[in-house]
Formats: sequence, structure tokens, C-alpha cells
Amino acid sequence: MQFPQQIHTDIISTVEFNCSGELLATGDKGGRVVIFQREQESKNRLLSRGEYNVYSTFQSHEPEFDYLKSLEIEEKINKIRWLPQQNAAHFLLSANDKTIKLWKISERDKRAEGYNLKDEDGRLRDQFRITTLRVPVLMPMDLMVEASPRRIFANAHTYHINSISVNSDYETYLSADDLRINLWHLEITDRSFNIVDIKPANMEELTEVITAAECHPHQCNAFVYSSSKGTIRLCDMRAAALCDRHSKFFEEPEDPSSRSFFSEIISSISDVKFSHSGRYMMTRDYLSVKVWDLNMENRPVETYQVHEYLRSKLCSLYENDCIFDKFECCWNGSDSAIMTGSYNNFFRMFDRNTRRDITLEASRENSKPRAMLKPRKVCTGGKRKKDEISVDSLDFNKKILHTAWHPKENVIAVAATNNLYIFQDKIN
Amino acid sequence: MFSKGTKRKFSDGGEEISDESLLGARVASSYSLQRQSLLDMSLIKLQLCHMLVEPNLCRSVLIANTVRQIQEEMTHDGSWHMVTEAFCSAGQSPSERLVATEVLCRSREQDAEPKLFSVISYEGCREEEVVADETLCSVSVSDTVSNVCLAGRMGQCWEKSELSGVERDEEALEDSRLGSGEDEEIDTEDGASTESPKTIGQVFGTFEIKNGSPGPDSALEELFSDVDTSYYDLDTMLTGMQSAPKMGPYDLLDSLAPSHSSPSIVSTPNCRSDLNELDHIMEIIVGS
Repeated sequence: MQFPQQIHTDIISTVEFNCSGELLATGDKGGRVVIFQREQESKNRLLSRGEYNVYSTFQSHEPEFDYLKSLEIEEKINKIRWLPQQNAAHFLLSANDKTIKLWKISERDKRAEGYNLKDEDGRLRDQFRITTLRVPVLMPMDLMVEASPRRIFANAHTYHINSISVNSDYETYLSADDLRINLWHLEITDRSFNIVDIKPANMEELTEVITAAECHPHQCNAFVYSSSKGTIRLCDMRAAALCDRHSKFFEEPEDPSSRSFFSEIISSISDVKFSHSGRYMMTRDYLSVKVWDLNMENRPVETYQVHEYLRSKLCSLYENDCIFDKFECCWNGSDSAIMTGSYNNFFRMFDRNTRRDITLEASRENSKPRAMLKPRKVCTGGKRKKDEISVDSLDFNKKILHTAWHPKENVIAVAATNNLYIFQDKIN
Repeated sequence: MFSKGTKRKFSDGGEEISDESLLGARVASSYSLQRQSLLDMSLIKLQLCHMLVEPNLCRSVLIANTVRQIQEEMTHDGSWHMVTEAFCSAGQSPSERLVATEVLCRSREQDAEPKLFSVISYEGCREEEVVADETLCSVSVSDTVSNVCLAGRMGQCWEKSELSGVERDEEALEDSRLGSGEDEEIDTEDGASTESPKTIGQVFGTFEIKNGSPGPDSALEELFSDVDTSYYDLDTMLTGMQSAPKMGPYDLLDSLAPSHSSPSIVSTPNCRSDLNELDHIMEIIVGS
């Protein structure tokens, strides 16, 4: 079952489920955050699972202007990460290129009535009309969801923030830009610790940038960061204050037979995600997804080809800049499957156990609500079968960069430009 | 055309090359054409970077690495060398090396490996080590050194050159670098390096500006040295000059030695007059 949500007028730039899966947050290029909430399952409709409806919408970031460099700072939300829920309210971090904000989303479903000094409209009551003293009473009201910024973590990044990651200690989080990674305390906004700095003394020697970073899900001292050269470094914060020296270095040796001028570009890692177990991590480069065992640094344990048919088109993709697209990837709750996006609104899912993979399309035309998704296939050469699509007919403007998987169930969220698709597994 | 099973031989008659090697040559030239077009495309992309809101650093770095890779391969291939030889015939020594962009060479590189855009901004220009540092603070003129020279703003070279590789003749080179004199040699000294100043061919006296190229930007850098402009630097570095300099090399040299038209030699009177002009230059630079 699925249904498209077109709430965003801007391109969706990030999608994230919260820790329970009850809430789904999306951020867009206009700096807005829209949160969806899953409806409680209704006993009446046994075959239906809870659907996601809009819960809250707020403007997280506004465009700013850097007067020193005469450059505009985009309000586009690059990443949203939820904090684990500790009370009735929900907290999330949202980041644009330069600033991270902590938002509190809380519900208000009661209102106090019967004030002494003002009446229900809020107007002040005449003093001489107040003859008795009464205690205000809490009355139920229509549910109101409020989002308020609680912390603003600013001025710590010279370059564009590409990742934020909440630490398992629930007290700190890291933020990474192209050249530096900072560690913050959630309560302290006026300073952060710089834990990784790969900026060369001479900027002209710069050949490698940080592309993604994530905290280990269980070990609060460990984190990884990936680079534009296809390497991943695992660092231990106990070893030194500045983690410029890695504890582990993950890199797959290059296949000399497939070397080309584009080899480095397509090896650039666009996303890195730890498995829920903490034993594995997954990296996404341009053409493939790789699963790494943290205990083995010299090569990944699994490699999945996302769209190998694009390898012969790299020159055109370089020309139209598609080769620089940053695709994300995600694990399912049990770490048995992984998902990532592709072009033409296709997204791919790989089952790690059965080694089966499937290509699906997120589009209005091909999917009706409550209908099954049909697997798609790209024809790479020779005769095109019915229902197949040839490589040259792929629409490279329809790219699925952001996907998210419910932490416990088989529910996925897929962002296709400014549409959000939510797909759920059918029961039975 | 080949009989089955026999080894291919050079064909008789007028043909000088065998078909096989002709095919090979065609493949090779097609490859180098592709490589060249990739190079051009990459340069255009880098140039366009600075027009955006704020260039994507990752993308810029990846494109720059690609360009560097192509350049290294071209150097390795000898196709770069062939291009160098073309200029040898023009009378300049092959040991001269030109650097195309001042920006990349703002600080001296210890290794003399070809700079990133040196090949690219002129097709067929040689590389030169440019003396350039961040701050324009000291100018040294030594009487004994007969070949001090002016490190021109390479950015102007960038500006003047066509991306697609327009043929450059000597004159154009000279003009962009020094602004006066037809056959003057450009001779730079890499200050802290172990190499001695090259005295090649004709020499003339100009200033050796040890620390940085003259230009409004370096003066501004001094003023705002405590500001982190690294991002801006990278931007200008990768994309060359963004704006025309307020003072061109012509102006600078004109103010230095107006009578500097003869190709010959430095002489101490020239140096002295140049010294007199130093204050004037500093005024211009700092004042701009």
C-alpha cells in the first residue's frame, strides 16, 4: 500500500524516521520541516496499517547572507536527526550548510480556562467585576503541535555541513563539514570541540574532502567519516583530542582494469551508515553500495551494484553533473536488507540473506494507493523486452537521493524531488 | 585486405604506415581527443564554479583532481613534452618552465612538479616557477644578480588565455607577464628553493618581488590576514581570476622602467631607477 504525499513545494532534501518510527520528518530546500505522524492502527480496518499524516510544519532555517564573503547561505535542510525520546515532547536536530538547530516539538491538547484577570478572549476583565476568586481549570482543546527552537548551534563551520549524528550517550552529537568534524554538547551552544581537521596548511594542496560522518550506534567513543577518495576512517575519541589519526582505515583496492578518469569521482562516498547492530557499516558510492565488516579493513564483505549500466555513460553523466549526485542509503530494522535510490525515480532494495534485489519506481502514474508496486527493470542492451526501460530513456532529473526505512517495520519513505512516497508491506 | 593467417606487414607502395599502426594511431588520437575534450569540459566546470551561490567544495575538488590526473597523463605521455618542444624552436630554452596561474603558486612549492593549471591555461605554454607569497612586503634588488625579474600576475595570463587553447606566441606571453618589451626573457627565482636563478637567454632587469604578485588582492589579504578566507582562496584558486586587476602589468612596468624597450640587459642604472620607482609602486598597490 502506498500513497504519495505532496506537501513540499520545494525539493525534499532529507528524510528521517524517529526512533520509534511513529514520526517521519522531512526537510526541504526552502528550509521547511514537515513531520508526519502515523495514525494509530484502527481495529476496524484490520487490513490497513496506520497511515502517515501531517503532524507539524515549521520553518527551520531562513536564508542568510555572509557579508564577509558576499555569499548567500542557503536555507536548504541538509540533514535531520531525531533525538531519542525522553519525555512527552520530541526533539530533532536540523542542519543547513552552516547552522544546526535543536527543535522541540510538543503537543498541547489542554487549555486553562477560568482565569481571574482576563476572560476567555484574553481581554482584561474590569477590576470591579471580579468578585470571587476561582482556580483555572484545564479543559481539553483541539490538538495543537508546537515547534520551538531550543538551541542554535552556529558559527562553527566554515564549510558546508554534510552530516550530523547523535551520539549514543544522548548528550553529544557530531557535525561534519567538508574539512572538519565538530563535537557538540546538546546543552552548550557557544562552543564545540573540533575532533577532525583535514584542512591542509596550503589550500592548494587540497585533494580530499569529508563527505559523511556518523557516530557508532553503541560505542559513544567511536565514529566514522568517509571521504571523496572512497576511504572510510574509524576514529576513537579516547585516543586523542584531535582524531586526525584514524584507528581503522577502510579502503578497497582499485581494480586496475576498470580504471578511467572518472574512477576517483565514482569512488567518492556519498553516504555512510552503521548497521543497527553496530558490527557493519554501509557506504554508497556512485555506482554501488558496499557493506563493510568493521573488523576487516581491506575490502567490503558485500558489494551491490545499483546501476552498473551507467558505467558506460560516465562521460555524459560528468557533463551534466549527475556524476556528483549524492545518493543516500539505509538499513532496515533487522539489518537484513538495504535500500538506496537511483534515477528515473527508481529505488533499489537488496536482501542481504537471499541476495535478491528489486527495482521499484516511485511515481504517481504507476502506483495507485493500496496497489502493489511492480518491479522495474532497466534494459542494458539488445532487445528491449516489454515493460523494460532502456538506459537512454532514463530521466536523470528524477533522482531519488533520500530514502528512509522504519526502524522496526517494513515501512519505507522515498523522496522523489518534491514528492514523498510512503510504502508499507502488505500483511498476509 | 589481409590474407588470413598471415602476419600483417607494412603494405607496399606508397603507404608508409601499415594499417594496423594506422588503426592504432587513430585510436590513440581519438583517445587524446577525448581526453582533451574532457580536460576542456573540466576547466569550464571549474570556471563556472564561482558563479554559483557558493561552490560545492567536494565537486570542485573532484574536478580539480580529474584535471590534475589528465595533466599528469599528458605529461607522462609525452604529449606535453611535444608541446614544449614547439616553443623551443622559438628560441627559448627548454629548461624554462612557466606557470600559468599565479593563484596556485601563491606560496612556493618545494617540488617543481607541474602546477595544476599550467598546462591548461595555455595550450603549449611552458611552466615557470613563479615567486609568489601571501604578503607583498619586501622587494629585493641585488646588483649582482643580473636576472631578477618581475613575477607577474599569472591570473592575468589565465584571463588572457582561451580555455580551448589558443595558440600563444611569445609576444602574448611576454605581454601578459611583463607588459613591455618584446623579447624579454622571463626569469624567475624560486627564492627559498635550492635552485639557483636561471640565466637563460636574454636577461633584463626588473624587480624580483619575493613576496607575492603585485595586485590589489594581495594587499587586501594583508589587511584581512586574520580573517579566514580560505574558502574564498580555494574559489579563486580553482577558477582563476574573478575580476580584472585594478592595475595591469603594463601599468606596473611602465611605472618601473618606461624606457625598457630594449631586449638587452640589466644594468645597474636601471636598477637604481627601479628602486626610485618602488615607492610609487607601493603606493599604487596599497592604495588600490
